[in-house]
Amino acid sequence: METLKLKYSLKDGDFSNAGNASSNIKKNLKMLGINAAVIKKMVVSIYEAEVNMIAHANGGVIEVFIDEEKIKAILADVGPGIPDIDQAMKKGYTTASEEVRQMGFGAGMGLPNIKKNSDDLKIESVVGEGTTLTITSYYKS
Amino acid sequence: MRTIQNLLEPLQAKLHSGCTDAAIPEYAFGSDLMSDVLTLEEEAPMLITGLANTQSIRTAEMADIEVVLIARGKEVTEAMIDLAKENDIILISSPFSLYKICGILFQNGLKPLY
Ligand SMILES: Nc1ncnc2c1ncn2[C@@H]1O[C@H](COP(=O)(O)OP(=O)(O)OP(=O)(O)O)[C@@H](O)[C@H]1O
Ligand SMILES: [Mg+2]
Repeated sequence: METLKLKYSLKDGDFSNAGNASSNIKKNLKMLGINAAVIKKMVVSIYEAEVNMIAHANGGVIEVFIDEEKIKAILADVGPGIPDIDQAMKKGYTTASEEVRQMGFGAGMGLPNIKKNSDDLKIESVVGEGTTLTITSYYKS
Repeated sequence: MRTIQNLLEPLQAKLHSGCTDAAIPEYAFGSDLMSDVLTLEEEAPMLITGLANTQSIRTAEMADIEVVLIARGKEVTEAMIDLAKENDIILISSPFSLYKICGILFQNGLKPLY
């Protein structure tokens, strides 16, 4: 199988569309016949990260690369960045606004959940420049 | 076999999307926090929530939840119904509180995850 690439742009603060990209990614993974448990873990991770991009940053770009061994999602935003990644990774740590809470998010559980559901999670962040998450599932091994 | 149809009357529930011939799931989970729902490790094919917006349906889609039950008679929007239909999710709403709904479902044999 050749590497399949998917790409999505998310608008700033547009909660009404939060999840559209993750939904399309899920449909593509299903079409490829990938195991349902693998798909669920991966799309839960991508969805958490997609919501974060809308909730905490100014939208951004999601790219997904699928080949025979792995599914890799790169979510890059040009938001405020994360000053202390270790702190952000702690369960319960959140800076979510009231609006975000009203959407059912802001429990500080997203990043730890991505970590739990992925085989590899890389977070790169520069304050004032943005954040990039790279989430990988080695689904064949 | 007991189906979703059998739950509509005790819950005084309204069906917004999907078909009520589906079997009642074995397990259910209730929460208004979507990030809580997304951390579930076991399958809970039914979600009871007070969160009446598209994110509750999106969360159901991502977490392989088949039935979403909106509590407290909150308005179910067209956008929620469209999304539920697109993803074959059964969407129902009940005027009762989350607590009362969970009590009724428990009496009807639905099991908790934890
Ligand atoms: N893309 C991002 N840009 C800037 N800050 C972020 C980003 N993602 C996460 N953060 C910061 O890390 C914190 C923790 O994120 P996490 O996803 O774990 O929880 P949350 O989004 O606040 O709540 P939940 O995910 O449970 O709905 C956020 O509150 C925010 O301060
Ligand atoms: Mg989050």
